[in-house]
Amino acid sequence: MLLNIKNLHVAINGKEILKGLNLSVNKGEVHAIMGPNGTGKSTLAAAITGRENYDITKGEIIYDGETINDMAPDIRANKGIFLSFQYPVEIPGVSMTNFMRTAINAQREFNGLEAIPAGEFLKKMEEMKKLVDINTKLTKRSVNEGFSGGEKKKNEIFQMAMLEPKLAILDETDSGLDIDALKVVARGVNELRSTDNAFVVITHYQRLLDYIVPDFVHVMYDGRIVKSGGKGLAFELEEKGYDWIIDQEDE
Amino acid sequence: MQKSDTIYKLLETSLINEFEQKQVALTGSCHPVVSRSRINGFEFLKDNGLPDRKNEKWKNSPFPGQYEEEYLLDIPPVFYDKAAEEIFRCEIHGFWADTYSMLNGWYYSTKENQLITTGDGVVVGSILKAQHQYPELFEKHFGNIANTEQDGFTAANTALFKDGMFIYVPDGVEVKNAVQLIKLINLQEPLMVNSRNLIILGKSSRLTFLHCDDSVNHTPGFINTLTEVYMDENSSFELYKLQNINDNTSLINNTFIHQERDSRLKVNILSLNGGKIRNELHVNLMGQGADADINGVYLVDKQQHIDNQVYINHAVPNCHSNELFKGVLDEEASGIFNGYIYVARDAQKTNAFQRNNNILMTPKATIDTMPFLEIYADDVKCSHGATVGQLDDEALFYMMQRGIGREDARLLLMFAFLAEVTSKVSIEPLRISYEDMIKRRLRGELSICDKCVLHCSEPDKPIEFDIDLSKI
Repeated sequence: MLLNIKNLHVAINGKEILKGLNLSVNKGEVHAIMGPNGTGKSTLAAAITGRENYDITKGEIIYDGETINDMAPDIRANKGIFLSFQYPVEIPGVSMTNFMRTAINAQREFNGLEAIPAGEFLKKMEEMKKLVDINTKLTKRSVNEGFSGGEKKKNEIFQMAMLEPKLAILDETDSGLDIDALKVVARGVNELRSTDNAFVVITHYQRLLDYIVPDFVHVMYDGRIVKSGGKGLAFELEEKGYDWIIDQEDE
Repeated sequence: MQKSDTIYKLLETSLINEFEQKQVALTGSCHPVVSRSRINGFEFLKDNGLPDRKNEKWKNSPFPGQYEEEYLLDIPPVFYDKAAEEIFRCEIHGFWADTYSMLNGWYYSTKENQLITTGDGVVVGSILKAQHQYPELFEKHFGNIANTEQDGFTAANTALFKDGMFIYVPDGVEVKNAVQLIKLINLQEPLMVNSRNLIILGKSSRLTFLHCDDSVNHTPGFINTLTEVYMDENSSFELYKLQNINDNTSLINNTFIHQERDSRLKVNILSLNGGKIRNELHVNLMGQGADADINGVYLVDKQQHIDNQVYINHAVPNCHSNELFKGVLDEEASGIFNGYIYVARDAQKTNAFQRNNNILMTPKATIDTMPFLEIYADDVKCSHGATVGQLDDEALFYMMQRGIGREDARLLLMFAFLAEVTSKVSIEPLRISYEDMIKRRLRGELSICDKCVLHCSEPDKPIEFDIDLSKI
């Protein structure tokens, strides 16, 4: 099992957001996490990636056989956990190319490898840029600075492709994307899918799941997963909304 | 009430006594213009004293707190016995500069090299010697560019300066190599140095000048420098100040620049380390078409203090000025930035821009930043902006999520913040050197206790940063 979350409770400033969440993800699987706003989907992503101020008050996150509750975010990243941010951050003055090379070399150092040779790095950049249809000019600019919404999201997938994570969490990668950009993003993900990695796709809408077909769909409500099913569940949600689940839950 | 206002001002009194006791020696050997200035400076100091915090321009400054310190004011000239490089070496590799030195306040060279003239007629040497050899230049410029009676420090400098550097570039001469002045104090007792520089650029001439202040030990010191620069029509002057002094030393660096028509000034001040540093830059745009581009980077920590005061006087129409100062203040460091822009009544079509951005690394670090624009013309473009912030936590997490360690992420963000200024250093090897020093400073490696890093960049020992920041 790649990711095993057991009875996870997470609080921000003392306010409990996740209230006993369980989730198991195996290699080769794609899990979709759906649910209304404010139910803790992004908190889950933050907790898995080790964001500051997200206090795990109870429960465990086990990744690749190791409890990572207290692990620093950069170590988690170097162990293969990647987050495609809902709101990618602009970093003025740091070029995309340097940022990417620094990140790759950090990962390689962590794994006891030498720094990536310049030629190899550039070749990989070119290849992955094509995969997500990114303009060469963008990689010469500062990280996300002046990128359009769509470009930022494509850039996240580009970074994911460069870093080849074992576990990728896509936090509302579809929000703000037009249908063409959505297809590009989905194509990127599908190309990278393998029996060695897994994806957790957080989304509001079933739309993305037409292109990234999940093996499992989970519905979050009030800090817990309240319903799980196959890809059919997504269609059902699209048709009937969330209310029927919430009603069941509230009863 | 501040402590220094009520107690006996030892420094002030000793400066006054020093002049009274040595007046004959100080004025007797000087050109009459210089002697007269010395006496005026003394009179001003006696009447007004050193500036206190009631003075608007010094109100947040820690300098007045220091007047009870005791410094040696007069030590005999240092005789040249070994090359300055043996005491201190600052190699900016790949960048060819002619280096001159001052040691403990005295121009440091062999007797025959006190004042030299190059093939192009460029004169470089000690101001003491130059005043007698070029009296007409001193009559015209000495004490006329600076406001000697601005405050007690400019006055004390004028009254008591021991030595300094003189540079004259004749009309039409473009000086190929940069001129670098390295000022050192190497003494076991606390010394106050008053040094005075005069730089004159003829019409359509060009000069690049590096003004470096360094310490070689931890002895407390007080450096009070005043530099006058005259830029004739269409001349071009690039001034780089590198300041890396110990935590016990105070530095007041007054620079007054007079710009004639179509002259182009570029200043870049890099304050890397120092107990207390106050840079005052006074730029008088006196001829149409003059352009001044003033930049600075400062990095302070512990209880260090940095103060940048920039005064731009748009006296005539059609001039352009630009100021960009950026700094990182860590631990309990404090800073001041005051940007004054004055636009005279008839100075139409003035463009004047100013910006100051700061990062405070801790809740105890402080910065006072204040723009001050006084505009009497109606057809002008002026702007100013100041920001004070912290490192962006979102950016930090973003970088860490990509596997970059916290420390590297912090360094990368700070360096990226400062790169906007350093990227404006147009001489590439110098820029790399600048960035190199900033990286070392940010990593905490640039410290005066570590002798070897005082050697700036060593060509045979490239500095490896995990991140290739030079290409950002």
